[in-house]
Amino acid sequence: MSAILETPVRAFESVSGAGAGEMLELAIGPHHPSTHGVFRMDVVLDGERVRRLKPVFGYLHRNHEKIAEGQSYLSSMPYTDRLDYFCSLTNNWAYALTVEKLAGLQVPERAEYIRVITAELTRVQNHLCLIGFLLQDMGASGTPLMYAFREREKILDLFESLTGARMMCNYMRFGGCRVDLPTGWMEEAQQVVQGLARFLDEFEALLTGNEILMARTQHIGVLSSAAAVNAGVTGPMLRASGVNYDVRKVDRYGVYDRFDFRIPLGDHGDTYDRYLIRVLEMRESLKILRVALRDLPEGPVMDPKARLRGFRPKAGEAYGRIEAPKGELGFHLISDGSPNPFRYRVRPPSLMNLTVLEEMCMGRMLADVVVILGSVDIVLGEVDR
Amino acid sequence: MSLLGGGILKGMFETARNFFGSYVSAQRLTTVPYPEERIPAKANARQFPFLVYDGDDSQAGLRCVACQICEKECPPKCISIIKSRDKRQDYKGQSQFYPATFDIDISVCMSCQICAEVCPFEAIKMDVEYELSTPDRFGGLWLHKAQLARSSRYYRQIHPQAAADSDGFMAAESSKARARVGASAAPVGLAPQPRHAE
Ligand code: SF4
Ligand code: SF4
Repeated sequence: MSAILETPVRAFESVSGAGAGEMLELAIGPHHPSTHGVFRMDVVLDGERVRRLKPVFGYLHRNHEKIAEGQSYLSSMPYTDRLDYFCSLTNNWAYALTVEKLAGLQVPERAEYIRVITAELTRVQNHLCLIGFLLQDMGASGTPLMYAFREREKILDLFESLTGARMMCNYMRFGGCRVDLPTGWMEEAQQVVQGLARFLDEFEALLTGNEILMARTQHIGVLSSAAAVNAGVTGPMLRASGVNYDVRKVDRYGVYDRFDFRIPLGDHGDTYDRYLIRVLEMRESLKILRVALRDLPEGPVMDPKARLRGFRPKAGEAYGRIEAPKGELGFHLISDGSPNPFRYRVRPPSLMNLTVLEEMCMGRMLADVVVILGSVDIVLGEVDR
Repeated sequence: MSLLGGGILKGMFETARNFFGSYVSAQRLTTVPYPEERIPAKANARQFPFLVYDGDDSQAGLRCVACQICEKECPPKCISIIKSRDKRQDYKGQSQFYPATFDIDISVCMSCQICAEVCPFEAIKMDVEYELSTPDRFGGLWLHKAQLARSSRYYRQIHPQAAADSDGFMAAESSKARARVGASAAPVGLAPQPRHAE
Protein backbone atom coordinates (compact mmCIF):
# COMPACT_ATOMS: atom_id res chain seq x y z
CA MET A 1 0.00 0.00 0.00
CA SER A 2 2.72 2.43 0.95
CA ALA A 3 4.31 2.10 -2.45
CA ILE A 4 1.08 3.19 -4.03
CA LEU A 5 0.57 6.08 -1.69
CA GLU A 6 4.12 7.37 -2.08
CA THR A 7 3.82 7.90 -5.79
CA PRO A 8 0.20 8.74 -6.28
CA VAL A 9 0.12 10.30 -9.70
CA ARG A 10 3.49 9.57 -11.25
CA ALA A 11 3.38 7.47 -14.36
CA PHE A 12 5.43 4.34 -14.89
CA GLU A 13 9.09 4.18 -15.55
CA SER A 14 9.68 3.04 -19.07
CA VAL A 15 9.05 -0.64 -19.51
CA SER A 16 12.26 -2.43 -20.33
CA GLY A 17 13.01 -5.86 -21.77
CA ALA A 18 11.81 -7.55 -24.89
CA GLY A 19 9.14 -5.68 -26.75
CA ALA A 20 9.94 -2.43 -25.02
CA GLY A 21 8.57 0.51 -26.88
CA GLU A 22 5.56 -1.38 -28.07
CA MET A 23 3.79 -1.13 -24.75
CA LEU A 24 0.77 1.08 -24.49
CA GLU A 25 0.20 3.10 -21.39
CA LEU A 26 -3.46 3.74 -20.73
CA ALA A 27 -5.32 5.59 -18.03
CA ILE A 28 -8.70 4.03 -17.33
CA GLY A 29 -10.75 6.57 -15.45
CA PRO A 30 -11.16 8.66 -13.36
CA HIS A 31 -14.33 9.29 -15.32
CA HIS A 32 -15.07 5.89 -16.63
CA PRO A 33 -18.31 4.08 -15.85
CA SER A 34 -16.62 0.78 -15.18
CA THR A 35 -14.42 2.15 -12.40
CA HIS A 36 -17.42 2.51 -10.10
CA GLY A 37 -16.79 6.11 -9.26
CA VAL A 38 -13.87 8.45 -9.59
CA PHE A 39 -11.01 6.01 -9.63
CA ARG A 40 -8.14 5.67 -12.06
CA MET A 41 -6.12 2.68 -13.15
CA ASP A 42 -2.88 3.35 -14.95
CA VAL A 43 -2.40 0.27 -17.05
CA VAL A 44 0.53 -0.78 -19.21
CA LEU A 45 -0.67 -2.99 -22.01
CA ASP A 46 1.16 -5.36 -24.28
CA GLY A 47 -1.41 -5.71 -26.99
CA GLU A 48 -4.47 -6.59 -24.94
CA ARG A 49 -2.52 -8.08 -22.03
CA VAL A 50 -1.97 -6.21 -18.81
CA ARG A 51 1.70 -5.90 -17.90
CA ARG A 52 1.35 -3.43 -15.08
CA LEU A 53 -1.49 -1.84 -13.27
CA LYS A 54 -1.42 0.94 -10.77
CA PRO A 55 -4.58 1.97 -8.92
CA VAL A 56 -4.70 5.72 -8.35
CA PHE A 57 -7.21 6.96 -5.84
CA GLY A 58 -7.93 10.09 -3.88
CA TYR A 59 -10.26 11.83 -6.28
CA LEU A 60 -13.12 11.63 -3.82
CA HIS A 61 -11.14 12.66 -0.78
CA ARG A 62 -13.39 14.65 1.53
CA ASN A 63 -11.21 15.03 4.59
CA HIS A 64 -13.60 12.91 6.60
CA GLU A 65 -11.15 12.06 9.36
CA LYS A 66 -9.91 15.57 9.96
CA ILE A 67 -13.42 17.01 9.88
CA ALA A 68 -14.47 14.46 12.46
CA GLU A 69 -11.68 15.56 14.77
CA GLY A 70 -13.03 19.10 14.70
CA GLN A 71 -16.58 18.36 15.78
CA SER A 72 -18.48 16.43 18.39
CA TYR A 73 -18.76 12.65 18.33
CA LEU A 74 -22.41 12.82 17.40
CA SER A 75 -21.87 15.17 14.48
CA SER A 76 -19.66 12.62 12.75
CA MET A 77 -22.38 10.00 12.71
CA PRO A 78 -24.13 11.35 9.59
CA TYR A 79 -20.76 11.58 7.85
CA THR A 80 -20.12 7.88 8.39
CA ASP A 81 -23.19 7.27 6.20
CA ARG A 82 -21.21 8.72 3.35
CA LEU A 83 -18.24 6.39 3.66
CA ASP A 84 -19.70 3.38 1.95
CA TYR A 85 -22.89 4.97 0.80
CA PHE A 86 -24.48 1.66 -0.05
CA CYS A 87 -24.19 0.45 3.52
CA SER A 88 -24.79 3.40 5.79
CA LEU A 89 -26.23 1.25 8.54
CA THR A 90 -23.17 -0.94 8.94
CA ASN A 91 -20.98 2.17 8.95
CA ASN A 92 -23.15 3.61 11.69
CA TRP A 93 -22.80 0.42 13.62
CA ALA A 94 -19.02 0.28 13.40
CA TYR A 95 -18.71 3.86 14.59
CA ALA A 96 -21.29 3.45 17.35
CA LEU A 97 -19.58 0.25 18.49
CA THR A 98 -16.24 2.01 18.79
CA VAL A 99 -17.65 4.95 20.72
CA GLU A 100 -19.53 2.57 22.98
CA LYS A 101 -16.26 0.80 23.71
CA LEU A 102 -14.63 4.11 24.42
CA ALA A 103 -17.37 5.41 26.69
CA GLY A 104 -18.38 2.07 28.22
CA LEU A 105 -22.02 2.16 27.13
CA GLN A 106 -24.26 -0.89 27.17
CA VAL A 107 -26.56 -1.51 24.25
CA PRO A 108 -29.99 -2.92 25.17
CA GLU A 109 -30.87 -6.29 23.74
CA ARG A 110 -33.63 -5.02 21.50
CA ALA A 111 -31.30 -2.48 19.95
CA GLU A 112 -28.72 -5.20 19.32
CA TYR A 113 -31.32 -7.21 17.46
CA ILE A 114 -32.41 -4.22 15.42
CA ARG A 115 -28.76 -3.63 14.56
CA VAL A 116 -28.37 -7.19 13.37
CA ILE A 117 -31.55 -6.96 11.30
CA THR A 118 -30.59 -3.70 9.64
CA ALA A 119 -27.01 -4.82 9.07
CA GLU A 120 -28.04 -8.06 7.42
CA LEU A 121 -30.56 -6.28 5.23
CA THR A 122 -27.74 -3.95 4.29
CA ARG A 123 -25.54 -6.89 3.43
CA VAL A 124 -28.18 -8.40 1.20
CA GLN A 125 -28.78 -5.21 -0.74
CA ASN A 126 -25.07 -4.50 -1.05
CA HIS A 127 -24.36 -7.94 -2.47
CA LEU A 128 -27.35 -7.74 -4.79
CA CYS A 129 -26.15 -4.46 -6.22
CA LEU A 130 -22.60 -5.69 -6.48
CA ILE A 131 -23.70 -8.65 -8.56
CA GLY A 132 -25.85 -6.39 -10.67
CA PHE A 133 -22.93 -4.07 -11.34
CA LEU A 134 -20.58 -6.95 -11.98
CA LEU A 135 -22.89 -8.28 -14.65
CA GLN A 136 -23.31 -4.80 -16.03
CA ASP A 137 -19.52 -4.58 -16.35
CA MET A 138 -19.56 -7.89 -18.16
CA GLY A 139 -21.94 -6.55 -20.74
CA ALA A 140 -25.24 -7.92 -19.48
CA SER A 141 -26.53 -4.41 -19.77
CA GLY A 142 -29.47 -3.71 -17.63
CA THR A 143 -31.33 -6.87 -16.81
CA PRO A 144 -29.56 -8.28 -13.73
CA LEU A 145 -28.87 -4.80 -12.40
CA MET A 146 -32.50 -3.77 -12.76
CA TYR A 147 -33.67 -6.89 -10.98
CA ALA A 148 -31.18 -6.27 -8.19
CA PHE A 149 -32.28 -2.67 -7.87
CA ARG A 150 -35.90 -3.68 -7.82
CA GLU A 151 -35.31 -5.87 -4.81
CA ARG A 152 -33.04 -3.32 -3.19
CA GLU A 153 -35.91 -0.87 -3.51
CA LYS A 154 -37.96 -2.96 -1.10
CA ILE A 155 -35.16 -3.00 1.44
CA LEU A 156 -34.65 0.73 1.06
CA ASP A 157 -38.37 1.25 1.68
CA LEU A 158 -37.92 -0.56 4.97
CA PHE A 159 -34.95 1.63 5.81
CA GLU A 160 -36.91 4.72 4.95
CA SER A 161 -39.81 3.99 7.21
CA LEU A 162 -37.44 3.04 10.02
CA THR A 163 -34.79 5.74 9.74
CA GLY A 164 -36.37 8.44 7.61
CA ALA A 165 -33.86 8.18 4.77
CA ARG A 166 -33.19 5.60 2.14
CA MET A 167 -29.42 5.72 1.92
CA MET A 168 -28.12 8.22 4.45
CA CYS A 169 -29.80 6.48 7.34
CA ASN A 170 -27.96 8.07 10.28
CA TYR A 171 -29.80 5.69 12.54
CA MET A 172 -27.57 4.29 15.25
CA ARG A 173 -26.60 6.21 18.32
CA PHE A 174 -24.03 5.64 21.04
CA GLY A 175 -25.82 3.22 23.33
CA GLY A 176 -28.55 2.00 21.01
CA CYS A 177 -30.69 3.10 18.10
CA ARG A 178 -32.39 6.40 17.51
CA VAL A 179 -36.00 5.25 17.31
CA ASP A 180 -37.90 2.04 17.79
CA LEU A 181 -39.46 0.15 14.91
CA PRO A 182 -42.61 1.83 13.58
CA THR A 183 -45.85 -0.13 13.71
CA GLY A 184 -46.16 -2.73 11.01
CA TRP A 185 -42.44 -2.71 10.23
CA MET A 186 -41.84 -6.24 11.43
CA GLU A 187 -44.53 -7.71 9.21
CA GLU A 188 -43.25 -5.79 6.22
CA ALA A 189 -39.71 -6.93 6.91
CA GLN A 190 -40.81 -10.54 7.19
CA GLN A 191 -42.54 -10.28 3.85
CA VAL A 192 -39.51 -8.74 2.24
CA VAL A 193 -37.27 -11.48 3.61
CA GLN A 194 -39.59 -14.14 2.25
CA GLY A 195 -39.69 -12.42 -1.11
CA LEU A 196 -35.92 -12.18 -1.17
CA ALA A 197 -35.49 -15.90 -0.73
CA ARG A 198 -37.71 -16.47 -3.77
CA PHE A 199 -35.90 -13.78 -5.69
CA LEU A 200 -32.49 -15.31 -4.98
CA ASP A 201 -33.64 -18.56 -6.55
CA GLU A 202 -34.70 -16.64 -9.64
CA PHE A 203 -31.53 -14.62 -9.67
CA GLU A 204 -29.43 -17.74 -9.50
CA ALA A 205 -31.44 -19.40 -12.24
CA LEU A 206 -30.70 -16.36 -14.34
CA LEU A 207 -27.00 -16.19 -13.58
CA THR A 208 -25.22 -19.00 -11.80
CA GLY A 209 -25.39 -21.53 -14.61
CA ASN A 210 -25.01 -19.01 -17.40
CA GLU A 211 -22.24 -20.08 -19.75
CA ILE A 212 -21.16 -16.58 -20.63
CA LEU A 213 -20.83 -15.62 -17.00
CA MET A 214 -18.79 -18.74 -16.34
CA ALA A 215 -16.54 -18.13 -19.30
CA ARG A 216 -15.94 -14.58 -18.26
CA THR A 217 -15.25 -15.28 -14.60
CA GLN A 218 -13.88 -18.75 -13.99
CA HIS A 219 -10.10 -18.90 -13.50
CA ILE A 220 -9.95 -15.17 -13.98
CA GLY A 221 -8.55 -12.80 -11.40
CA VAL A 222 -7.27 -15.55 -9.16
CA LEU A 223 -6.17 -14.37 -5.74
CA SER A 224 -4.25 -16.90 -3.67
CA SER A 225 -5.08 -17.13 -0.01
CA ALA A 226 -1.51 -16.26 0.96
CA ALA A 227 -1.56 -13.09 -1.12
CA ALA A 228 -4.95 -12.14 0.26
CA VAL A 229 -3.81 -12.55 3.86
CA ASN A 230 -0.58 -10.67 3.18
CA ALA A 231 -2.38 -7.68 1.76
CA GLY A 232 -4.89 -7.51 4.59
CA VAL A 233 -7.81 -8.31 2.33
CA THR A 234 -11.00 -8.99 4.25
CA GLY A 235 -14.62 -9.77 3.66
CA PRO A 236 -16.12 -11.86 0.87
CA MET A 237 -12.93 -11.44 -1.16
CA LEU A 238 -10.82 -13.11 1.48
CA ARG A 239 -13.33 -15.88 1.96
CA ALA A 240 -13.54 -16.48 -1.78
CA SER A 241 -9.82 -17.26 -1.56
CA GLY A 242 -10.61 -19.91 0.99
CA VAL A 243 -9.62 -18.19 4.23
CA ASN A 244 -12.15 -18.72 6.96
CA TYR A 245 -12.27 -15.32 8.58
CA ASP A 246 -15.42 -13.43 9.38
CA VAL A 247 -15.46 -10.82 12.13
CA ARG A 248 -19.00 -11.84 13.00
CA LYS A 249 -17.61 -15.23 14.01
CA VAL A 250 -14.22 -14.07 15.29
CA ASP A 251 -15.38 -11.21 17.51
CA ARG A 252 -18.97 -12.25 18.01
CA TYR A 253 -19.89 -8.64 18.51
CA GLY A 254 -23.47 -7.66 19.17
CA VAL A 255 -25.67 -10.72 19.43
CA TYR A 256 -24.19 -12.65 16.53
CA ASP A 257 -23.36 -15.58 18.82
CA ARG A 258 -27.09 -16.30 19.07
CA PHE A 259 -27.54 -17.05 15.41
CA ASP A 260 -26.67 -20.19 13.60
CA PHE A 261 -25.12 -19.32 10.26
CA ARG A 262 -22.31 -20.64 8.14
CA ILE A 263 -19.44 -18.90 6.46
CA PRO A 264 -19.25 -19.80 2.77
CA LEU A 265 -15.70 -20.34 1.50
CA GLY A 266 -14.34 -20.36 -2.02
CA ASP A 267 -12.04 -22.92 -3.58
CA HIS A 268 -10.29 -21.10 -6.38
CA GLY A 269 -10.26 -17.45 -5.42
CA ASP A 270 -11.37 -16.47 -8.90
CA THR A 271 -14.03 -14.01 -9.92
CA TYR A 272 -16.67 -16.70 -10.15
CA ASP A 273 -16.01 -17.69 -6.55
CA ARG A 274 -16.32 -14.11 -5.50
CA TYR A 275 -19.68 -13.94 -7.24
CA LEU A 276 -20.88 -17.18 -5.72
CA ILE A 277 -19.69 -16.33 -2.20
CA ARG A 278 -21.91 -13.30 -2.26
CA VAL A 279 -24.95 -15.28 -3.33
CA LEU A 280 -24.32 -17.78 -0.56
CA GLU A 281 -23.73 -15.04 1.99
CA MET A 282 -27.05 -13.52 1.09
CA ARG A 283 -28.73 -16.82 1.80
CA GLU A 284 -27.02 -17.02 5.17
CA SER A 285 -28.05 -13.45 5.89
CA LEU A 286 -31.66 -14.33 5.16
CA LYS A 287 -31.33 -17.18 7.62
CA ILE A 288 -30.10 -14.78 10.30
CA LEU A 289 -32.86 -12.34 9.42
CA ARG A 290 -35.60 -14.90 9.80
CA VAL A 291 -34.39 -15.85 13.27
CA ALA A 292 -33.75 -12.28 14.35
CA LEU A 293 -37.18 -11.12 13.23
CA ARG A 294 -38.74 -14.03 15.08
CA ASP A 295 -36.82 -13.57 18.33
CA LEU A 296 -36.78 -9.79 18.55
CA PRO A 297 -37.22 -9.05 22.27
CA GLU A 298 -39.23 -6.20 23.74
CA GLY A 299 -37.62 -3.43 25.67
CA PRO A 300 -35.89 -0.08 25.32
CA VAL A 301 -33.64 0.73 22.36
CA MET A 302 -31.33 3.17 24.14
CA ASP A 303 -28.98 2.86 27.07
CA PRO A 304 -30.47 5.19 29.71
CA LYS A 305 -26.93 6.36 30.51
CA ALA A 306 -26.36 7.57 26.96
CA ARG A 307 -26.37 11.32 26.43
CA LEU A 308 -26.91 13.17 23.21
CA ARG A 309 -25.80 16.62 24.30
CA GLY A 310 -22.54 17.23 26.08
CA PHE A 311 -21.18 13.78 25.36
CA ARG A 312 -17.57 13.51 26.56
CA PRO A 313 -16.04 10.06 26.82
CA LYS A 314 -13.17 9.79 29.27
CA ALA A 315 -9.65 9.87 27.93
CA GLY A 316 -8.58 6.66 26.28
CA GLU A 317 -8.59 4.88 22.98
CA ALA A 318 -10.62 2.21 21.30
CA TYR A 319 -10.65 0.22 18.10
CA GLY A 320 -13.96 -1.21 17.09
CA ARG A 321 -14.60 -3.34 14.04
CA ILE A 322 -17.46 -5.14 12.40
CA GLU A 323 -17.95 -7.32 9.38
CA ALA A 324 -19.31 -4.81 6.91
CA PRO A 325 -20.60 -6.19 3.60
CA LYS A 326 -17.27 -5.34 1.99
CA GLY A 327 -15.01 -6.58 4.74
CA GLU A 328 -13.64 -5.52 8.08
CA LEU A 329 -14.68 -1.96 8.79
CA GLY A 330 -12.84 -0.51 11.75
CA PHE A 331 -12.78 2.79 13.56
CA HIS A 332 -9.90 3.86 15.75
CA LEU A 333 -10.72 6.65 18.16
CA ILE A 334 -8.53 8.42 20.69
CA SER A 335 -10.26 10.59 23.23
CA ASP A 336 -8.61 13.23 25.36
CA GLY A 337 -11.74 13.80 27.39
CA SER A 338 -12.97 16.69 25.27
CA PRO A 339 -16.22 16.70 23.27
CA ASN A 340 -14.28 16.03 20.05
CA PRO A 341 -12.23 12.96 19.26
CA PHE A 342 -8.51 13.65 19.40
CA ARG A 343 -7.85 11.13 16.66
CA TYR A 344 -10.41 9.55 14.41
CA ARG A 345 -9.35 6.98 11.90
CA VAL A 346 -11.27 4.68 9.60
CA ARG A 347 -10.05 1.34 8.39
CA PRO A 348 -12.01 0.96 5.17
CA PRO A 349 -12.29 -2.53 3.72
CA SER A 350 -12.49 -1.38 0.10
CA LEU A 351 -9.12 0.35 0.22
CA MET A 352 -7.28 -2.71 1.49
CA ASN A 353 -9.10 -4.95 -0.96
CA LEU A 354 -8.10 -2.70 -3.81
CA THR A 355 -4.38 -3.04 -3.14
CA VAL A 356 -4.26 -6.53 -4.64
CA LEU A 357 -5.80 -5.42 -7.90
CA GLU A 358 -2.52 -5.53 -9.82
CA GLU A 359 -1.79 -9.03 -8.62
CA MET A 360 -5.15 -10.27 -9.84
CA CYS A 361 -5.03 -8.50 -13.18
CA MET A 362 -1.45 -9.29 -14.19
CA GLY A 363 -1.30 -10.95 -17.59
CA ARG A 364 -5.04 -10.83 -18.16
CA MET A 365 -6.88 -9.17 -20.99
CA LEU A 366 -7.97 -5.58 -20.62
CA ALA A 367 -11.64 -6.58 -20.68
CA ASP A 368 -11.01 -8.82 -17.66
CA VAL A 369 -9.63 -5.93 -15.64
CA VAL A 370 -13.04 -4.33 -15.59
CA VAL A 371 -14.68 -7.54 -14.43
CA ILE A 372 -12.04 -8.19 -11.78
CA LEU A 373 -12.41 -4.68 -10.45
CA GLY A 374 -16.15 -5.19 -10.37
CA SER A 375 -15.75 -8.30 -8.27
CA VAL A 376 -13.59 -6.50 -5.68
CA ASP A 377 -16.61 -4.45 -4.65
CA ILE A 378 -15.29 -0.99 -4.03
CA VAL A 379 -17.08 2.18 -3.14
CA LEU A 380 -14.94 5.22 -3.63
CA GLY A 381 -16.62 7.10 -0.83
CA GLU A 382 -14.91 4.67 1.47
CA VAL A 383 -11.62 4.23 -0.38
CA ASP A 384 -10.88 7.94 -0.42
CA ARG A 385 -12.83 9.14 2.61
CA MET B 1 -19.28 -26.37 -18.56
CA SER B 2 -22.71 -27.74 -19.23
CA LEU B 3 -24.31 -28.07 -22.62
CA LEU B 4 -23.55 -24.77 -24.24
CA GLY B 5 -26.60 -22.57 -24.17
CA GLY B 6 -28.62 -24.41 -21.54
CA GLY B 7 -27.92 -21.81 -18.87
CA ILE B 8 -28.65 -19.03 -21.28
CA LEU B 9 -32.03 -20.52 -22.20
CA LYS B 10 -32.89 -20.87 -18.54
CA GLY B 11 -31.96 -17.22 -18.02
CA MET B 12 -34.12 -16.13 -20.93
CA PHE B 13 -37.02 -17.98 -19.38
CA GLU B 14 -36.49 -16.03 -16.13
CA THR B 15 -36.36 -12.78 -18.03
CA ALA B 16 -39.63 -13.59 -19.78
CA ARG B 17 -41.20 -14.46 -16.46
CA ASN B 18 -40.14 -11.13 -15.03
CA PHE B 19 -41.27 -9.22 -18.06
CA PHE B 20 -44.77 -10.66 -18.17
CA GLY B 21 -44.94 -10.77 -14.40
CA SER B 22 -44.46 -7.03 -14.22
CA TYR B 23 -47.93 -6.62 -15.74
CA VAL B 24 -49.65 -8.57 -13.02
CA SER B 25 -47.52 -8.45 -9.90
CA ALA B 26 -46.77 -5.33 -7.88
CA GLN B 27 -43.73 -7.17 -6.54
CA ARG B 28 -42.17 -7.08 -9.99
CA LEU B 29 -42.98 -3.47 -10.77
CA THR B 30 -42.09 -1.21 -7.90
CA THR B 31 -41.82 2.13 -9.65
CA VAL B 32 -44.50 4.81 -9.93
CA PRO B 33 -44.80 7.49 -12.64
CA TYR B 34 -43.66 10.40 -10.51
CA PRO B 35 -45.44 13.66 -11.15
CA GLU B 36 -48.79 11.96 -11.70
CA GLU B 37 -48.43 9.65 -8.76
CA ARG B 38 -46.64 10.14 -5.47
CA ILE B 39 -45.60 7.62 -2.88
CA PRO B 40 -46.99 8.78 0.48
CA ALA B 41 -44.36 9.85 3.01
CA LYS B 42 -43.14 7.11 5.33
CA ALA B 43 -43.57 7.20 9.10
CA ASN B 44 -40.20 8.69 9.97
CA ALA B 45 -39.58 10.52 6.70
CA ARG B 46 -37.32 13.53 6.94
CA GLN B 47 -36.35 16.17 4.44
CA PHE B 48 -35.42 19.60 5.78
CA PRO B 49 -35.84 21.19 9.18
CA PHE B 50 -38.53 23.69 10.13
CA LEU B 51 -39.17 25.76 13.25
CA VAL B 52 -42.23 24.92 15.30
CA TYR B 53 -44.51 27.60 16.69
CA ASP B 54 -47.49 27.28 19.01
CA GLY B 55 -50.65 29.31 18.68
CA ASP B 56 -51.41 31.51 15.72
CA ASP B 57 -48.54 33.99 15.56
CA SER B 58 -45.82 32.34 13.53
CA GLN B 59 -43.10 34.61 14.95
CA ALA B 60 -44.14 35.30 18.55
CA GLY B 61 -45.07 31.65 19.04
CA LEU B 62 -41.72 30.16 17.96
CA ARG B 63 -40.50 27.67 20.50
CA CYS B 64 -36.86 28.34 19.75
CA VAL B 65 -34.95 30.07 22.54
CA ALA B 66 -31.80 30.71 20.50
CA CYS B 67 -29.67 28.45 22.67
CA GLN B 68 -27.58 27.74 19.55
CA ILE B 69 -27.02 24.09 20.38
CA CYS B 70 -28.27 23.05 16.94
CA GLU B 71 -26.02 25.62 15.31
CA LYS B 72 -23.03 24.06 17.07
CA GLU B 73 -23.99 20.43 16.46
CA CYS B 74 -25.08 20.73 12.83
CA PRO B 75 -22.38 18.76 10.99
CA PRO B 76 -22.05 20.98 7.89
CA LYS B 77 -22.75 24.11 9.96
CA CYS B 78 -25.57 25.39 7.80
CA ILE B 79 -27.61 27.00 10.59
CA SER B 80 -26.91 30.56 11.60
CA ILE B 81 -28.63 32.20 14.54
CA ILE B 82 -28.45 35.66 16.02
CA LYS B 83 -29.76 35.85 19.54
CA SER B 84 -32.25 38.54 20.52
CA ARG B 85 -31.28 41.31 22.95
CA ASP B 86 -34.49 41.15 24.97
CA LYS B 87 -36.24 38.13 26.46
CA ARG B 88 -39.69 36.68 26.30
CA GLN B 89 -41.46 33.79 27.96
CA ASP B 90 -41.10 30.28 26.66
CA TYR B 91 -43.65 27.50 27.01
CA LYS B 92 -42.53 26.72 30.55
CA GLY B 93 -43.11 30.30 31.52
CA GLN B 94 -39.40 30.97 31.88
CA SER B 95 -37.90 34.13 30.53
CA GLN B 96 -35.78 33.26 27.50
CA PHE B 97 -34.06 34.78 24.53
CA TYR B 98 -35.51 34.21 21.09
CA PRO B 99 -33.80 34.15 17.70
CA ALA B 100 -33.54 37.58 16.12
CA THR B 101 -32.55 35.78 12.95
CA PHE B 102 -32.58 32.06 12.28
CA ASP B 103 -31.35 31.02 8.84
CA ILE B 104 -30.78 27.61 7.35
CA ASP B 105 -28.96 27.15 4.08
CA ILE B 106 -30.80 24.13 2.76
CA SER B 107 -28.45 23.85 -0.19
CA VAL B 108 -25.88 22.74 2.41
CA CYS B 109 -28.22 20.93 4.79
CA MET B 110 -27.88 17.16 4.48
CA SER B 111 -31.18 16.27 6.17
CA CYS B 112 -29.44 14.44 8.96
CA GLN B 113 -31.86 15.38 11.71
CA ILE B 114 -29.11 16.07 14.25
CA CYS B 115 -30.56 19.55 14.90
CA ALA B 116 -33.99 18.14 15.68
CA GLU B 117 -32.48 15.56 17.99
CA VAL B 118 -30.27 17.81 20.06
CA CYS B 119 -32.75 20.65 20.47
CA PRO B 120 -33.82 20.62 24.15
CA PHE B 121 -36.90 22.75 23.46
CA GLU B 122 -38.68 20.69 20.79
CA ALA B 123 -38.32 23.74 18.60
CA ILE B 124 -36.90 22.37 15.37
CA LYS B 125 -38.33 19.36 13.54
CA MET B 126 -38.02 17.68 10.20
CA ASP B 127 -40.43 18.45 7.39
CA VAL B 128 -41.56 15.96 4.73
CA GLU B 129 -41.81 18.51 1.92
CA TYR B 130 -39.37 17.67 -0.86
CA GLU B 131 -40.44 19.70 -3.88
CA LEU B 132 -38.29 22.70 -3.12
CA SER B 133 -36.57 23.36 -6.40
CA THR B 134 -36.14 27.00 -7.27
CA PRO B 135 -34.51 28.97 -10.07
CA ASP B 136 -32.68 31.09 -7.47
CA ARG B 137 -29.97 28.82 -6.19
CA PHE B 138 -28.56 31.22 -3.59
CA GLY B 139 -31.36 33.29 -2.12
CA GLY B 140 -34.03 30.73 -2.85
CA LEU B 141 -32.36 28.07 -0.74
CA TRP B 142 -31.28 30.34 2.09
CA LEU B 143 -34.33 30.19 4.32
CA HIS B 144 -35.11 32.71 7.06
CA LYS B 145 -37.19 32.12 10.12
CA ALA B 146 -40.35 33.44 8.51
CA GLN B 147 -40.08 30.78 5.81
CA LEU B 148 -39.03 28.11 8.28
CA ALA B 149 -41.91 28.54 10.72
CA ARG B 150 -44.62 25.86 10.72
CA SER B 151 -47.34 25.46 13.30
CA SER B 152 -47.35 22.67 15.83
CA ARG B 153 -50.65 21.54 14.31
CA TYR B 154 -48.80 20.86 11.06
CA TYR B 155 -46.15 18.91 12.96
CA ARG B 156 -48.83 16.73 14.59
CA GLN B 157 -50.26 16.09 11.18
CA ILE B 158 -47.05 14.95 9.46
CA HIS B 159 -45.49 13.00 12.33
CA PRO B 160 -48.37 12.03 14.64
CA GLN B 161 -46.38 9.55 16.71
CA ALA B 162 -43.32 11.72 17.25
CA ALA B 163 -45.49 14.78 17.90
CA ALA B 164 -47.42 12.95 20.59
CA ASP B 165 -44.15 12.04 22.30
CA SER B 166 -42.91 15.59 22.00
CA ASP B 167 -46.14 17.02 23.42
CA GLY B 168 -45.93 14.61 26.32
CA PHE B 169 -42.34 15.62 26.99
CA MET B 170 -43.23 19.31 26.93
CA ALA B 171 -46.22 18.89 29.20
CA ALA B 172 -44.06 17.05 31.72
CA GLU B 173 -41.33 19.68 31.52
CA SER B 174 -43.69 22.60 32.01
CA SER B 175 -45.52 20.99 34.91
CA LYS B 176 -42.13 20.31 36.51
CA ALA B 177 -41.16 23.93 36.00
CA ARG B 178 -44.43 25.14 37.45
CA ALA B 179 -44.06 22.86 40.46
CA ARG B 180 -40.59 24.33 41.05
CA VAL B 181 -41.93 27.86 40.83
CA GLY B 182 -44.81 27.00 43.13
CA ALA B 183 -42.48 25.39 45.69
CA SER B 184 -40.07 28.28 45.90
CA ALA B 185 -41.35 31.59 47.24
CA ALA B 186 -43.12 32.69 44.08
CA PRO B 187 -40.68 34.90 42.20
CA VAL B 188 -41.96 38.34 41.43
CA GLY B 189 -43.09 39.17 37.91
CA LEU B 190 -43.15 35.61 36.67
CA ALA B 191 -46.56 34.27 35.92
CA PRO B 192 -46.13 30.82 34.39
CA GLN B 193 -48.78 30.11 31.83
CA PRO B 194 -48.71 27.05 29.58
CA ARG B 195 -48.68 28.63 26.17
CA HIS B 196 -49.16 25.57 24.08
CA ALA B 197 -52.62 24.61 25.30
CA GLU B 198 -54.25 23.71 22.02
S1 SF4 C 1 -30.74 18.44 9.25
FE1 SF4 C 1 -28.56 18.22 9.73
S2 SF4 C 1 -27.53 19.41 8.17
FE2 SF4 C 1 -29.67 20.06 8.14
S3 SF4 C 1 -29.76 21.81 9.49
FE3 SF4 C 1 -30.24 20.03 10.73
S4 SF4 C 1 -28.29 19.40 11.62
FE4 SF4 C 1 -27.82 20.78 9.92
S1 SF4 D 1 -33.82 25.31 17.45
FE1 SF4 D 1 -33.58 24.38 19.46
S2 SF4 D 1 -31.40 23.95 19.63
FE2 SF4 D 1 -31.64 25.39 17.95
S3 SF4 D 1 -31.33 27.38 18.90
FE3 SF4 D 1 -33.52 26.99 18.89
S4 SF4 D 1 -33.94 26.06 20.87
FE4 SF4 D 1 -31.72 25.93 20.56
